[in-house]
Amino acid sequence: MGIKLSLTVVSQSVYNGAFRHYRPTLHFLKGFGLSEQLLTVKGLFCERDDRVLFSNLNFALHAGEIVQIEGQNGSGKTTLLRILSGLSRHYEGDICWRGEPVDEVREQYCRELLYFGHQAGVKAVLTPEENLRWYAALSPSINAHAIADALWQVGLRGYEDVPCHSLSAGQNRRVSLARLYLSQAPLWILDEPFTAIDKRGVAAKEQLLLQHARRGGSVLLTTHHELGIQGPVRKINLDQLAGTST
Amino acid sequence: MTMKTNSGQPAEIGMAGLFAATWRREFLLSFRRKSDLVNPLIFFLMVATLFPLGVSPEPGFLSQLAPGVVWVAALLATLLSMDALFRSDYEDGSLEQLLLSPQPLFVVVLAKVLAHWVMTGLALTLMAPLLGLMLFLPAEGMPGLMLSLLLGTPTLSLVGAIGAALTVGLKKGGVLISLLVLPLYIPVLIFGSSAVQAAVTGLPLGGYLALLGALLALALGLAPLAISAALRISISS
Repeated sequence: MGIKLSLTVVSQSVYNGAFRHYRPTLHFLKGFGLSEQLLTVKGLFCERDDRVLFSNLNFALHAGEIVQIEGQNGSGKTTLLRILSGLSRHYEGDICWRGEPVDEVREQYCRELLYFGHQAGVKAVLTPEENLRWYAALSPSINAHAIADALWQVGLRGYEDVPCHSLSAGQNRRVSLARLYLSQAPLWILDEPFTAIDKRGVAAKEQLLLQHARRGGSVLLTTHHELGIQGPVRKINLDQLAGTST
Repeated sequence: MTMKTNSGQPAEIGMAGLFAATWRREFLLSFRRKSDLVNPLIFFLMVATLFPLGVSPEPGFLSQLAPGVVWVAALLATLLSMDALFRSDYEDGSLEQLLLSPQPLFVVVLAKVLAHWVMTGLALTLMAPLLGLMLFLPAEGMPGLMLSLLLGTPTLSLVGAIGAALTVGLKKGGVLISLLVLPLYIPVLIFGSSAVQAAVTGLPLGGYLALLGALLALALGLAPLAISAALRISISS
């Protein structure tokens, strides 16, 4: 026990020092119980319209972890995800990406982040394929060569050339969810990804999240579905958690 | 860490590729939503049609007013189309995705605004001789009219986009855009219509065009940065 602990400490200090910019070789350190902290949140405080949504919120998201943010409607789930993605700046506290303040590594952070928001971000007059091509141009972590494959995976085979306004609400969400199949970003922030998706679709997406976690990625999501994932799911409840840490 | 973002994936597209992709998307969007494309042009044409009816059909009188009327109509037509620039992207969530892209925002913004200009400002410039004819603008004034519009309308689009970006989060941003942006439009209007006047009277118009060019250079350099910052503020709230 003591040996393992000291090894972890040593590996951590080596990791933070010399090998900071040479990460691929550090796989073996996982064996010593070190799982990399991707996102670290310290003392996060946010108020909206004179109402404190959360204060002194602390948590860390490790590689290979799925974290579900829970809370009632209006408890600040979406606000939290928008803050963490960098869209909203109305907060106090520290957010670190791989140990560095996120504001200082913004470009790198955006490169490694996939954000799925309340609105799907799908253009109604464009076809699913055109929509995804645009995302591939915007983000280098999206693989443009697999678009047809991804559309097939989300069950939109045969709809490649149909304008999105003639698709159903669920199909429109699926167009946006196809980004998950294309993305190579380690961090996924998903805000209600299963809204309007049928049961089979949800099961497939849950498998995808699990796969992503197994490959060493991590997921931060909100959903009112009961997650059926058998795996490393941790829950953070905003209702109980205001002021405490996990 | 088992995932490395740079391994085993296609080469990153450069700024030119991003610019081209944005440009293509904007054109696709506009041609599939033709009303946005045609509205400013119809407005432009309507002003020129109604003006003689409302004021006086007398050629001598109209030809005196023509430079100013065409320029004011072009300015208002541009202003009218500005509100839609970021609105639909804001409403369907594409704007959020745009802001979260690791690619430089000002490239996308510049591509969007220039595409918008091609579909409004450039189209207005090409239509302007027709309006000049309807308003009895002397033939000598036509090159001045087109050149001044060619240099002036991109500035109008760039400056208008700052207003559009600042008001995109508001439910009724239209009126506010006008208030924010009109004062900045005034120099362009003055130099633009003066250039046409100078061309009509046979005076050299190089000075006016140089001033319009200087305004355009300033807007090209600074407006994309202002638009990007304004979009971040609008999305953040």
